[in-house]
Amino acid sequence: MADPRLPAAFLQPGSSSFSDFLAEQAPDLLPGRRAVPQGHAGDLAPHGTTIVAATFEGGVVMAGDRRATMGNIIAQRDIEKVFPADEFSVVGIAGSAGLAIEMVRLFQTELEHYEKIEGTTLSMDGKANRLATLIRSNLAMAMQGLAVVPLFAGYDLATDHGRIFSYDVTGGRYEETAFHSVGSGSLFARGSLKKLYRDDLDETGCVTAVIQALYDAADDDSATGGPDLTRRIFPVVQVITADGGRRIPDSAVAAIADEVIAGRMTRPDGPSAPLTGGAR
Amino acid sequence: MSMPFYVSPEQLMKDRADFARKGIARGRSVVAVQYGDGVLFVSENPSQALHKVSEIYDRIAFAAVGRYNEFENLRIAGVRLADMRGYAYDRRDVTGRGLANAYAQTLGTIFSSGGEKPYEVEIFVAEIGDEAADDQLYRLTYDGQVADEHGFAVMGGAADVVASYLKERYVDGSSLADALGLAVAALGHSANEKGDAADRIIPTGDLEVAILDRTRTRPRKFVRLRPARLHELLGDRGPAEHAPEPGVEPGAEPGADVDSADDTDPPPLAPPIA
Repeated sequence: MADPRLPAAFLQPGSSSFSDFLAEQAPDLLPGRRAVPQGHAGDLAPHGTTIVAATFEGGVVMAGDRRATMGNIIAQRDIEKVFPADEFSVVGIAGSAGLAIEMVRLFQTELEHYEKIEGTTLSMDGKANRLATLIRSNLAMAMQGLAVVPLFAGYDLATDHGRIFSYDVTGGRYEETAFHSVGSGSLFARGSLKKLYRDDLDETGCVTAVIQALYDAADDDSATGGPDLTRRIFPVVQVITADGGRRIPDSAVAAIADEVIAGRMTRPDGPSAPLTGGAR
Repeated sequence: MSMPFYVSPEQLMKDRADFARKGIARGRSVVAVQYGDGVLFVSENPSQALHKVSEIYDRIAFAAVGRYNEFENLRIAGVRLADMRGYAYDRRDVTGRGLANAYAQTLGTIFSSGGEKPYEVEIFVAEIGDEAADDQLYRLTYDGQVADEHGFAVMGGAADVVASYLKERYVDGSSLADALGLAVAALGHSANEKGDAADRIIPTGDLEVAILDRTRTRPRKFVRLRPARLHELLGDRGPAEHAPEPGVEPGAEPGADVDSADDTDPPPLAPPIA
């Protein structure tokens, strides 16, 4: 910006969407707008893996493991993949890590920008739809192996409960009930949560359940990182309630993870569920 | 096309300045006060939706008086500039000084260009640092001048009266409750012809109050103080009184001509384009 004056476009009344404004004023800053040569680019960049989310009475929890992989290499062992999107929502990302983190930054700015310009926050569904639009704009990259698949969760102030949304690479948006997981270890995490999740879990119970699920994912998926006991690296856990979102401090996550691991010392496959009976 | 008369540049600029100043003085004042934990903005604005004080970025706030549509445009441009810069670089690279400079250049260009009418606005841009000594408060006028204010600043309405009240009583590093009490009292202060005080107590519901609070743990330090919180901070102040004449709130009729009934003197026309 060589001219110190505000450009005329900035002073024009119009969209309260930051990504739309960016598309007009600086399209090169948008994550999905770059031309990538033909071919598969998926192995060139690190991939993030498993994200788990679950609701409880009065809120929602999202947790992510800390591993990023590049083929058989562990690219990073303490990457963070769960971010607050705004005060009442979080977004976790699986897929091409670099693009995903850029997309999260754009999404965070998008929500904040709307809030500042309009003087009010977007509805929970409005936020989920904005994220779908951003994912859709990345479809060309996804076809070449650079897919970004987020998991979005938040506390809906209008209906007073936690909600979870999952996405596909085409921007399809699906609301999930109770719990969901994305990423390479998601099959194992979801299987684990099926047996562990109950409707009456409180916040700590819910955090324990998602940490158990991540442990199970790491157990069977090489791209998902388990708790790193020597380096004391544990999952990132975000909790959102009616009071807003907060990250559970590492010390508290470590305490729960230590309990989970202590249990697995006697039963490596984790807690057992009863064979029959529908009582939750 | 008719032949324009010759107007000297001095007269041209003076006419434009008078025009802008008159528009700004019609509304009510906005006060900015630096207190121990940040910067406080107070204005008398019965509208809950049309704000005079707003958030620009993490540590930067914006306040304005004058024509609503004009300062709203500037506010949105500021938010866009800040978000764009923060996204392209980093959140820490968005500074109040950069924003104040962009506003100053924009206002200055509009003021001295013959084509457009000057903006009838005055703006505060405030930024808080990690300590009170790092806080900055810029005041920008319709012609693009920037002043670096310290302690407190007042713009719009009867700014002189309010400022002189503050000047006598302002202390550095006060608490939020004290700073708020002082700012609200200053806004309610007026003197009659004989110079006696004719103060009134502004109802809590008519106050628009916002702070940049460095003690907040979140990165975004801007907070609006709701009436319930204001009651708590201000305590019992006795019977309140609404503003005597509705005057013209810049927020009340965006874009409308702000001529009020008691102001029979028509605003000067934009000077002819030479």
